[in-house]
Amino acid sequence: MFRALSRPLFRIVPDDTRIPFMKGAVAGLMLSAFLSIASVVLAIYPGMARGIDFQGGIVMEVRTQGEADLARLRSAASALNLGDVGLQQFGAPDAVLIRLPVQGDEAGTQRAVAAMRAALEEASPGTRVLRVEAVGERVSSELFRGGMIALAISLLAMLVYIWFRFEWQFGIAAIITLILDTTKTIGFLAVTQIEFNLQTIAAILTIVGFSVNDKVVVFDRMRENLRKFKQMPLRDVVDLSINETLNRSIGTSATLFLSALPLALFGGDALAGFAWTMLFGIVLSTSSSIFITAPLVLYTGAKSLRPKEVAPPPAQAQAT
Amino acid sequence: MMYFARWKVLAIIGVCLLGILVSLPNVLPRSVLPDWARQINLGLDLRGGSYLLLEVDTSTMVRERLEALVDVARRGASSANPRILYTGLAANPAERRISLRVSDPARAADMARILREAAIVVPAGAGSQQPDIEVTTAADGLVSATLTEVALRAKAGNAVEQSLEIVRRRIDETGVAEALIARQGANRILVQLPGVEDPARIKTLLGQTARMTFHLLDEAANLQAPTPPPGTMFLAGDRFQERYAVRRRVEVDGANLTDARAGQDQNGQWVVNFTFDSIGTRRFADVTRQNVGRPFAIVLDERVITAPNIREPITGGRGQISGSFDVRGANDLAVLLRAGALPAPLTVVEERTVGPELGADAIRAGIISLAVGASFVFLYMGLAYGFFGWLANIALLANLVIMIGVLSVMGATLTLPGIAGIVLTLGTALDANILINERIREEVRNGRTPISALELGFTKASGTIMDSNLTNLIAMACLYGFGSGPVKGFAVTVAVGTVVQMWTATVVVRLMVATWYRRRRPQTLPV
Repeated sequence: MFRALSRPLFRIVPDDTRIPFMKGAVAGLMLSAFLSIASVVLAIYPGMARGIDFQGGIVMEVRTQGEADLARLRSAASALNLGDVGLQQFGAPDAVLIRLPVQGDEAGTQRAVAAMRAALEEASPGTRVLRVEAVGERVSSELFRGGMIALAISLLAMLVYIWFRFEWQFGIAAIITLILDTTKTIGFLAVTQIEFNLQTIAAILTIVGFSVNDKVVVFDRMRENLRKFKQMPLRDVVDLSINETLNRSIGTSATLFLSALPLALFGGDALAGFAWTMLFGIVLSTSSSIFITAPLVLYTGAKSLRPKEVAPPPAQAQAT
Repeated sequence: MMYFARWKVLAIIGVCLLGILVSLPNVLPRSVLPDWARQINLGLDLRGGSYLLLEVDTSTMVRERLEALVDVARRGASSANPRILYTGLAANPAERRISLRVSDPARAADMARILREAAIVVPAGAGSQQPDIEVTTAADGLVSATLTEVALRAKAGNAVEQSLEIVRRRIDETGVAEALIARQGANRILVQLPGVEDPARIKTLLGQTARMTFHLLDEAANLQAPTPPPGTMFLAGDRFQERYAVRRRVEVDGANLTDARAGQDQNGQWVVNFTFDSIGTRRFADVTRQNVGRPFAIVLDERVITAPNIREPITGGRGQISGSFDVRGANDLAVLLRAGALPAPLTVVEERTVGPELGADAIRAGIISLAVGASFVFLYMGLAYGFFGWLANIALLANLVIMIGVLSVMGATLTLPGIAGIVLTLGTALDANILINERIREEVRNGRTPISALELGFTKASGTIMDSNLTNLIAMACLYGFGSGPVKGFAVTVAVGTVVQMWTATVVVRLMVATWYRRRRPQTLPV
């Protein structure tokens, strides 16, 4: 038993693969560009489900005594004239989620909360309010701006960091990939209608960090191989580097995926949106390291990283 | 790389033990803990409570300042020698400006001087000072005074500073334990109230400035007139459609109160008894002596609570407000008067209240996720990387414990996203070990001896590990800088986890591998 466990039992990718990833470079880039454009279109129309953080409004989670009488609650809520009231049963039959749109001014939001509490007490005595979130127009637009700034600055910081640590070609390749990844994540949010809020921004930022981490490992290997195999054409260096780091990339993605999965399954409603966004992002960034970043390095670096390649590449690579 | 000096070994073990020690208080009940022990604070989303973000309402301050300026202009014009004649004196709060047209343009400069003298000096940053209004004159006699942007900001800042203390006093009076009150940004105050399920009462208490003033009534004024005579204002009373003509002049200010208590009068009605300080006592005595038999209005936030007739001079500095109070109304008013008036009204711009049940649910969900995530990751690592994978798992456990210890010592607040951060750290923490293991494996396959493969594995991977973790830290710094609330907790736990795992995944694992290698001297590595 111990003997068996002390050795690796499986490998996701066999050793010494020589998968010619760069043959799929054009197809990968085209597909990615298409998906990203589609994502941007979807984010504009039909649009994303902006959460209360970014849109303002009121969310109340209540538990009625006995089964909730939704029709009665609905009529009580609409009688308040607070705009489009959303009522939704979730989980147990006595649990109800109430959504109110953002009110005219900040004080109005608070008046609406008080009115809603009173209306609930009247329509269904003994109802307990488990959660109230009320965000005014001004605060929500500030939170939205903050989230966008955090996203923009982190992308910029990554660009600068990679530029500083590696050649500029790597920095450009990484930032383009990140933008493609982020737009696709936003498309994912638009399609699934997962709430776009501060938590999903946190998920996107975590993915950005993780994704760059993944790229850095491949870049590191490319740089090492560029020095090691002075004669090897760039295309082959890129392919070789990806193949060599494939097990590591997939291994790390797997552990992260496995840790995020329970959050999606058991983390409850509060974390579900965050966790599913993470899971999507992990898969996305792992594939983008291979199919997007590497080809971009190949194209941006074609002239500068291997200047001699203008001529047909030598047939054989010489290991030093 | 594979050799550790004895003191280093001891230091590494010492750090791990220290981590266990400082994280231990979190699993023990608070009652058995010594004073120095620190536990992780649970955020409001986990323990239940109410988070309120209050904003100082600058519009009221602007309006009041403009009204005062209008008063200055009116009085200055009539007391000037000869009188300055003018038309169209009005305040425009939207443009933060008052303006008037002086009939004789030659006197416009005099009017401007009167207004300039009424300016209040405000700090303009970097130690410089400037007047709070800008006075301009036009050739046709138009004079206007505008409240500057700098002045507005300074006023808001001042108001926040003063409000903080008053908010704290008001909340303390309600008996909420461990309330956190802090300034946020230029004109906001953040209030965290653990354990408060319905913050309605606190919102009402914080929602009023509670400025109490004592005025004489203008008995000659016609209450039916559309506008009050100069120097008088029409104010509503507590009862339906009541209206009073109150003189603008403040005879005694509530700021001169030293105490206020709810009590009952002879008839069993709820009243608030108050006591003045020496200045208040003197003024109150003077006013009541000169106005015996006349009505006297007690005004709270521009509403007349009561307007009794003065029966006799009150010289003792004590008085009684008998409105139409119930117990709670009397108590709340007493609290407000004791705590003092807010310089400007506060508006709740954000509220997040979570009941204790949901918090407990969230904690349970978090712990289940953590347990399941840890088992998944452990199994994966152990099965995919064998012996070295299991060693990495031990280091991961150490990482978790030390991380909790660090968070406790920092006094960090654990939120629901923070728990998610811990769970995710499990996933990212193993990255370093995967990098190292893959490298060792590669070197072995390149024909290196076990010892040199281990050496190279740890050294060559370390640069990559550094790079890849720094990117995580950059992303979390951005999130912490621009996010708000519970999401900051996520950034903190992930950042702490990243730093701790950089150490455990490399140093602790290397120590274990080195010890194992020295004992066994294996001919092949289990990779």
